[in-house]
Amino acid sequence: MDLILQQLINLLSLGSLYALVAIGYTLVYGVLRLINFAHGDVLMLGAYLALFLLTGMHLSPVPLPWPLAFAGAVALTALAGVALERVAYRPLRSAPRLSLLITAIGASLFLENFGIVAFGGRPLAFPDVGNLDRVVQLGALSVPILSLWIPGVTALTLGVTFWIVYRSKVGMAMRAISRDRETAQLMGVDTNRVISLTFGLGSALAAVGGIMWSLKFAQVNPLMGVLPGIKAFVAAVLGGIGSVAGAALGGFLLGGLEVLFVAFLPDWSGYRDALAFFILIAILLLRPTGIMGEELPE
Amino acid sequence: MLGWTMAALLALGLAQEAGSTPPEKIKVGVVLSMTGDTAAFGEQTWAGLQVAKEMKPKVLDREIELVLVDDKSDKIEAAVAAQRVVQRDKVVAILGEVASSRSMAIASVAEAKKVPQISPSSTNPLVTQGKRYVFRACFIDSFQGEVIANFAVDHLEAKTAVVFKDIAQDYSVGLASFFKTTFVKRGGKITQELKYQTGDQDFSPQLTLLKSEPPDVIVVTGYYQEAAQIAKQARGLGLKSVFLAGDGAEAPELVQIGGAAVEGLYFSTHFDEKSATTALGDAYVKAFRKKHQTAPDGLGALGADAYFMLAGAIEQAGSAEPEKIRTALEQLKGFEGVSGVITVDAKHNTLKSAVIRTVKNGEFVYVATVNP
Amino acid sequence: MTRPPETGPPGRTSSSDSGAVSGGRVTPPAAEAQISDFRSQKGSGAFVSRAFTVVSIAALYYLSHRLSGTEATYLVHVLTVGTIYAVLATSYNLVNGITGQFSLQPNAFAAIGAYTAAILTLSPEEKAMTFILEPILPPFDRIQLPFLPALLAGGGMAAAFAVLVGLPVFRVRGDYLAIVTLGFGEIVRIVATNAIGLTNGALGLKGLPPYTTLTGAFVWLVVTLVVITGLLRSPVGRAWRSIREDEQAARAAGINVFRYKLSAFVVSAFFQGVGGALLAHLLTTVDPKQFNFFFTFNLLIIIVVGGLGSMTGAVVGSFLFAGGSELLRVVEEPITIAGREFEGIPGLRMVIFSALLIVIMLFFRRGLFGRREFSWSIRGWRGAA
Repeated sequence: MDLILQQLINLLSLGSLYALVAIGYTLVYGVLRLINFAHGDVLMLGAYLALFLLTGMHLSPVPLPWPLAFAGAVALTALAGVALERVAYRPLRSAPRLSLLITAIGASLFLENFGIVAFGGRPLAFPDVGNLDRVVQLGALSVPILSLWIPGVTALTLGVTFWIVYRSKVGMAMRAISRDRETAQLMGVDTNRVISLTFGLGSALAAVGGIMWSLKFAQVNPLMGVLPGIKAFVAAVLGGIGSVAGAALGGFLLGGLEVLFVAFLPDWSGYRDALAFFILIAILLLRPTGIMGEELPE
Repeated sequence: MLGWTMAALLALGLAQEAGSTPPEKIKVGVVLSMTGDTAAFGEQTWAGLQVAKEMKPKVLDREIELVLVDDKSDKIEAAVAAQRVVQRDKVVAILGEVASSRSMAIASVAEAKKVPQISPSSTNPLVTQGKRYVFRACFIDSFQGEVIANFAVDHLEAKTAVVFKDIAQDYSVGLASFFKTTFVKRGGKITQELKYQTGDQDFSPQLTLLKSEPPDVIVVTGYYQEAAQIAKQARGLGLKSVFLAGDGAEAPELVQIGGAAVEGLYFSTHFDEKSATTALGDAYVKAFRKKHQTAPDGLGALGADAYFMLAGAIEQAGSAEPEKIRTALEQLKGFEGVSGVITVDAKHNTLKSAVIRTVKNGEFVYVATVNP
Repeated sequence: MTRPPETGPPGRTSSSDSGAVSGGRVTPPAAEAQISDFRSQKGSGAFVSRAFTVVSIAALYYLSHRLSGTEATYLVHVLTVGTIYAVLATSYNLVNGITGQFSLQPNAFAAIGAYTAAILTLSPEEKAMTFILEPILPPFDRIQLPFLPALLAGGGMAAAFAVLVGLPVFRVRGDYLAIVTLGFGEIVRIVATNAIGLTNGALGLKGLPPYTTLTGAFVWLVVTLVVITGLLRSPVGRAWRSIREDEQAARAAGINVFRYKLSAFVVSAFFQGVGGALLAHLLTTVDPKQFNFFFTFNLLIIIVVGGLGSMTGAVVGSFLFAGGSELLRVVEEPITIAGREFEGIPGLRMVIFSALLIVIMLFFRRGLFGRREFSWSIRGWRGAA
């Protein structure tokens, strides 16, 4: 019983982390219909920026307290995301979708290799802030404090994203563009501005994900975005790409299934990553647009 | 169009060839993953190689020039890179790669072009198997697996062990397999075998399985990023077993990332900076600290040893001709390298002593030396 | 350029024929004039151009043959890699560019082809030596075949796998198709990592006979191009293109969309299997990591930069990719400025490569060749819808 509870704690922590990254992924997808391969790398950028601000390396002359450092990193990453969209994606807005996809791959490779040249390929340790590393013992149960923080942050992020997308004026414009960009433009929506904002928001979410990821795994490296990028992609598709709630659900589902698979079939644990894709394929066969997705316009 | 492209490439190739001058320096090709998913390993090896070159810039009164070529952690590129340095730069030998799979791709070029290759740290037994021109600076997994298993039985009095291996790394799979063989032979029991893949960061579901019946030792055969992470998450789950690891765990990052969780972790490695077995090892540690302002690591030391082995072979042969270097490398015995006294055996594997170190107060501390 | 008579499926307008309707922009009439089909020309012009083609193939064959014997092994190696990329890219283009199905699967097919052929060509002694973790499963421990049957088996296995996965894969479309195919690619890689008795797991296979030569690869490239262009000129090719332009319309016109998608997938898989096997016997080793999704990304970059749907583009893109990344190495070499030597910066090449990739896409939105094909006609480019 304890073991199962322990695995549930693992599940909660991993699932909400995946969900957190997937929300940002799906947001950009929903508006631009672009598989943003660079999302994971923006996440990496956010994590590095947070580290630099925290430790006073490169960016800031003095080490900043963590709330300030994290807020700064999120803001800077949002700006970087806006810049990325302006430089690499906007000029291609009317180009074939695959061309846009290649620039996304190009942007991803650029960020990774830039990271390697500028920050070095070796991992850097990410400091523990606010003693989040602590583990609380509840009987036989070990609960890392961080395992409670991550779901909290995810819930908060999800709430904020929901509010923006479904309650704010910008969100209304986002949804309009997502449905039909041409018509939205004709109706007077400033599509460029809204898409910029969406990218900023998506990148800010990536930075939040990157910071939580680094806190949990205590390190950053230039390729740290690849794995979260793929998992978020899978989670977003699983939930129905473009759907915010779907992405969160997909993240939980993916994290949960991974944990349960290893827990119940440890001898097969080598197939853990294959399982994620098997589930994905199975779900897409039953529901070709994901759990909460809608039919996409061609 | 196809023809034009081919012709253009041909012209470029010829133009480049015409431009090269007869080498005065001794050119040595270095093929490493400076970018791509194992960029960290390439970088570490290169750091050690640079120190080695500064320590011994000349042999036979000729300067050694290292021609570094990045293979972006890609096997196809590794083979192309090897062709490039051999044909275009006319190197006398190739140093590289870290990953065994890429070392094997380079090996096919080395064999065909009859240029000796020394892999700094590819421990997979297959790398040198049946090859004439391929050597390595590291010991192979079978020896290291034995060392760790014997240490677990003799020193830690372990009866039960769990092996945690990275199935995507040949190094890790091999080491785990050889550890198992010896440990079982010595009367130990492997209670569970857990698996992960490079890049995985969450190991808690696997580790949770050990909570009900914690083993005496947990053997992590992967690299330092994951080893640190596994130790951290195991301690987070309240597991108190002793951790054992191979040379892949040796890097300052193990402690930086792992923090208190890696205290008391034992690992086998090639050398110890405080009790280096050779004078060269001592000098290397000092030079490394001076140049890079950080503690030396295992991969860097092996990179340096690949360099010193080559330099030693050139000196012994009295010539920088590839064929003579090859013969000299084959006869290398009792060579005092950075990571110990090196002997190349008939199968081109390297025999040298292993050192067991542990983490104490955030520092690597010498525990024991094991001879082959 | 004359438009071919509309023997293809009806229900398509001429503007959608060009495939240029995207983001609401319609192709200008000027581009329209260039649109043609993969269709043999009539009359003496056709004869001349065919003769040109045969002669130039023979000349290139001779050139590749002569080069193989020389000391220029670096050049030969780069060209061989480029040629193999071209086999992989043109066949990949068939699914992504011609049929318009966004698949991310070539790594899976190449891996299957490479492993199948490698297991068949390895000598029993080599196998006994290599499989140090677990012995290889019988009967493979004793089988050894020459290169050609092994290559065909590699292609055949990949094609068989394509049939198997095509069934689920083509139930989804668009980006969902992309992720499902990416998933199958990853699954193949993970199975290869775990099925130690067949693949030797992460340790990989080595000691393959170095059968792949520039000439051999070149012959396979010609075979690939002949088969694919032949198919493109047939009704099958028109059906493929009609699916790309408008799947609903194609279906309404009575085309069995699923069957045609599957056939494109299978033909493509066969050549990707062959390409993987050629690559394996060039490098003489195979391991699971070799076929990760970066392998697919490289091919995707090749076909999109070359021009999606253009076979010429795929071939040129392949050589640009193989040769270009070598030429870019200049930026990492030590340079001497005003008597001072500066050390090269490792990794800079890839930074520039990725920046270049973005720049190319910004200026050539449809890739270098669009959908145009090379031809001998004096008018120059021949377009293909």
